[in-house]
Amino acid sequence: MNNKEKLELARWAVEQAKFHGAEEVSVDVAQSRNVEVEYRDGQLDKLKESTQNALDISFYDDNRYSSHGTNDLRKESLEKFISGAVAMTKYLNEDPHRKLPDPEFYKGQKDIDLKVFDSSYESVTSEQRVQISKEIESIARAQSDKILSCTAGYSDSFSQSVKVNSNGFEGESSRTAFSAGAEATVDDGEGGRPYDWNWATVRLFKDLPDLEFLGKVAVERALEKIGQDKMESGKYDMVVENRSAGRLFYSLFSPMQASSLQQKSSFLEGRLGEKIASGKFTLIDDPFIVNGLGSRLYDGEGMATKKRVKIDKGVLKEYYIDNYYGNKLGMAPNSGSTSNLTLEYGTKSLDDLIKEMKKGILVKNFIGGNSNSTTGDFSIGIVGLYVEDGRIVRPVNEMNISGNMNEFWNRLAEVGNDPYIYSSWRFPSLYFTDVQFSGI
Amino acid sequence: MGRMSRRQFLETGAKGIAIASIPGIFKFDPSAAFATPLEDIVNLKEYYAHFGVDEKTVLEVMQTALEQGGDYCDIYFQHSIANTVGLEDNAVNRAYANVDFGVGIRVVSGDQTGYSFTEEITPKAMKLAAATAANIADQAKTVAPVGLEHKTLPDYYPVKTLWENVKIDRKIPYLQEINDKVFAKDSRIIKSRIRFSDSSSYVLIANSEGKTVCDYRPMTSLRVSCTAEQNGQRETNGYSLAARHGIEFFTPEKVQRLADEAVKRTIDLFEAVKPEAGEMEVVLAPGSSGILLHEAIGHGMEADFNRKNISIFADKIGKPVAPEFVTIVDNGTNLNIRGSLNIDDEGNDTEETYLVRDGILATYLHDRISARHYKARHTGNGRRESFRYAPIPRMRNTYMLPGPHAPEEIIKSVKKGLYAETFTNGQVFIGAGDFTFYVKSGNLIEDGKLTKSVKDINIIGNGPEVLANIVMVADDLKFAEGGWTCGKDGQGVPVSQGLPTVKVSSITVGGVS
Repeated sequence: MNNKEKLELARWAVEQAKFHGAEEVSVDVAQSRNVEVEYRDGQLDKLKESTQNALDISFYDDNRYSSHGTNDLRKESLEKFISGAVAMTKYLNEDPHRKLPDPEFYKGQKDIDLKVFDSSYESVTSEQRVQISKEIESIARAQSDKILSCTAGYSDSFSQSVKVNSNGFEGESSRTAFSAGAEATVDDGEGGRPYDWNWATVRLFKDLPDLEFLGKVAVERALEKIGQDKMESGKYDMVVENRSAGRLFYSLFSPMQASSLQQKSSFLEGRLGEKIASGKFTLIDDPFIVNGLGSRLYDGEGMATKKRVKIDKGVLKEYYIDNYYGNKLGMAPNSGSTSNLTLEYGTKSLDDLIKEMKKGILVKNFIGGNSNSTTGDFSIGIVGLYVEDGRIVRPVNEMNISGNMNEFWNRLAEVGNDPYIYSSWRFPSLYFTDVQFSGI
Repeated sequence: MGRMSRRQFLETGAKGIAIASIPGIFKFDPSAAFATPLEDIVNLKEYYAHFGVDEKTVLEVMQTALEQGGDYCDIYFQHSIANTVGLEDNAVNRAYANVDFGVGIRVVSGDQTGYSFTEEITPKAMKLAAATAANIADQAKTVAPVGLEHKTLPDYYPVKTLWENVKIDRKIPYLQEINDKVFAKDSRIIKSRIRFSDSSSYVLIANSEGKTVCDYRPMTSLRVSCTAEQNGQRETNGYSLAARHGIEFFTPEKVQRLADEAVKRTIDLFEAVKPEAGEMEVVLAPGSSGILLHEAIGHGMEADFNRKNISIFADKIGKPVAPEFVTIVDNGTNLNIRGSLNIDDEGNDTEETYLVRDGILATYLHDRISARHYKARHTGNGRRESFRYAPIPRMRNTYMLPGPHAPEEIIKSVKKGLYAETFTNGQVFIGAGDFTFYVKSGNLIEDGKLTKSVKDINIIGNGPEVLANIVMVADDLKFAEGGWTCGKDGQGVPVSQGLPTVKVSSITVGGVS
């Protein structure tokens, strides 16, 4: 089914829902094709290939709301599905805040090509996919005789989707994604088997990084962990490597969402215009990055996207407001989800940041942990390297960082120049002072 | 987070997103799903009819799947219906439903897996998927599928009324009643959110060794989350109940307890402090503290990690790993418990599997590939999220059997430590053995008594070390009541866990210095 056919199906579903009594309707039809190859310890380990479909439909019926999904797109099944779903909606309580976005918000969609679809996708062959995995695996395996196991892989996907809102929105998109990388487990000589990975995801096949880099770095990272142990509890400076730094932002993203504000479970309620982080922290939601993993011209509700500064030199400028909770709060919606996140990047590399640490910990992975969006309290496990006088001394693990997000971001002292481009959250390495670590 | 989110363990409402009684979708009367053996055969025929296939087609698809020389294949038909009804701001004002229908075809050649699925259950689409999965193998010698024979299953999750027959108007009163109870309980409550989820999954599995089974899998959960305010301070917490059960699971007593626990756990946080940072004695409350076992040993005992030589437990079978009063099992047969299965997702019987027996590391959790690799018995741990995934070894209900100590005696023995009671999530690095779990609430223990409440702390330890450091086990085993979902390789499956009161002599607690 191509996008034109999907659009016709979506329009048909809207009409069906109206016929059965729904006032306003939103329909998404999506299809994706995924191929996955894994090569392990010198042998092809896994091949997976499939196509999947989904139709999601939301009803706004007399102030009543419900949302339904199915992967059975045959019209005779859909007709029953839709009539049953509309009938069910009538049992719910009214909710005057449930409505489709004001069509004003559909306007002004930017007319640019985000280049998130690679037309060379069709020409990637099964042999090529296997070959890439095999090559990364053999590069990785050649790195060290301490390797217990390594797996390399390649996957790609082609996704198409359309969206129709009954009050005047239609949109469509086509995207491709290509991933490749490796993971390795090594023998530390004492019964421990440290592990790490190095994967990359990109929109265009030609942008996949060098296979040598993918295989080599996975093993280097695992080897670096040999001998890891915990240290004395206390306050240390902390550098978080770029690929893990986005994890910390989860603890701010949840309290920035309109649902948390409206449900009184956000420590950021009423803080617009206030300084919530160090002046080094400027966070931008940018939907227009060419080839970006989070790039989009309209959001999940059909609203035209805009580049927005969310946090400006530490000052909270905007929340993430979806249509429904925006209505409840009496605030204009600006999209409830992130597109690409970028920061105002600094000038220092990760190595420069490490050199600045007198006594600190370079965090390479987070493990578990959570945060409380109502109060800002957080506690997260870490794995990393202990640094003294700018030099890496030894690997550390089995430690936690703890604190409160209200004060934590004020201790952001430096922002690196190295955004992690294999994620839509393009965080660079970050330097924080005096972080509470617990160990021994 | 990409690859990092593997093996994360989250407490959620039931995994499925959708729900709703949608009349007219079923061609057959699903109430025949529980029945005597004779009716069971009728039931199998109904499953075939439901998926629009017959034995002949299934055999032909298997033939295609094996034509490149694979040594085994299985076909997994699934139809699931999931529903959620939600209350927020005192109104039952949202409902979500999802229907998922398809077939997954897996071909195995030694340790290698080829997989494909289709959402279109026609002979043509299935054969195309089979031919795709077949490509994993490359051998001249082919095996032929064996004629299908139906196997009757035990029933570990009897329900009175199938969820398809429970209309939304029967669920709504539960939400309203719980909401009223939450607000009546304490005037400091300012917000309450409640979600009632249920799902049914109809599964038909046929394999090239001639086995066919069918299974109806119910699931439900009720989750309450509330926010309270006191002198400008706000706290949020909640409680949930989940089971492979029907609506009869939610007795008036349970409904009352849901409201009471959610409110109590929220209000308690007002007085909560942070413990000191560092290593200390930790006592785990009975119940959901079983997350310790899930992270510290359970994942490491999944046999795929061991056959790949990447688990810290890879060479420890038969060796002592804990004191002799420690016995840990993973069981798929507990009545109506969330992780139970009448049959695993590759058609093998489930059972009670001993991970640790009297302190000795006993058995890995096997799927078909690992059982053959180790020439070991199947343990019925081959599970998958849905027809979209190949099965891999997964836990079911993981718990520690009761030990020789009394809970009071354990608390009394601690001079200064932490009593951990409720949890939100955990994670483990299989090879190094580091694992964490996040304590939402608990208490300090001072001079043998529970004192101040504590909140929001991560605990981190090393699996084998923590097992060795278990110094006391009480006789009060309890199962977790909430809805736990385990994530591995991008697949989420429902699990449960349990623990008696247990004391660990030292773990690192994320606090303040």
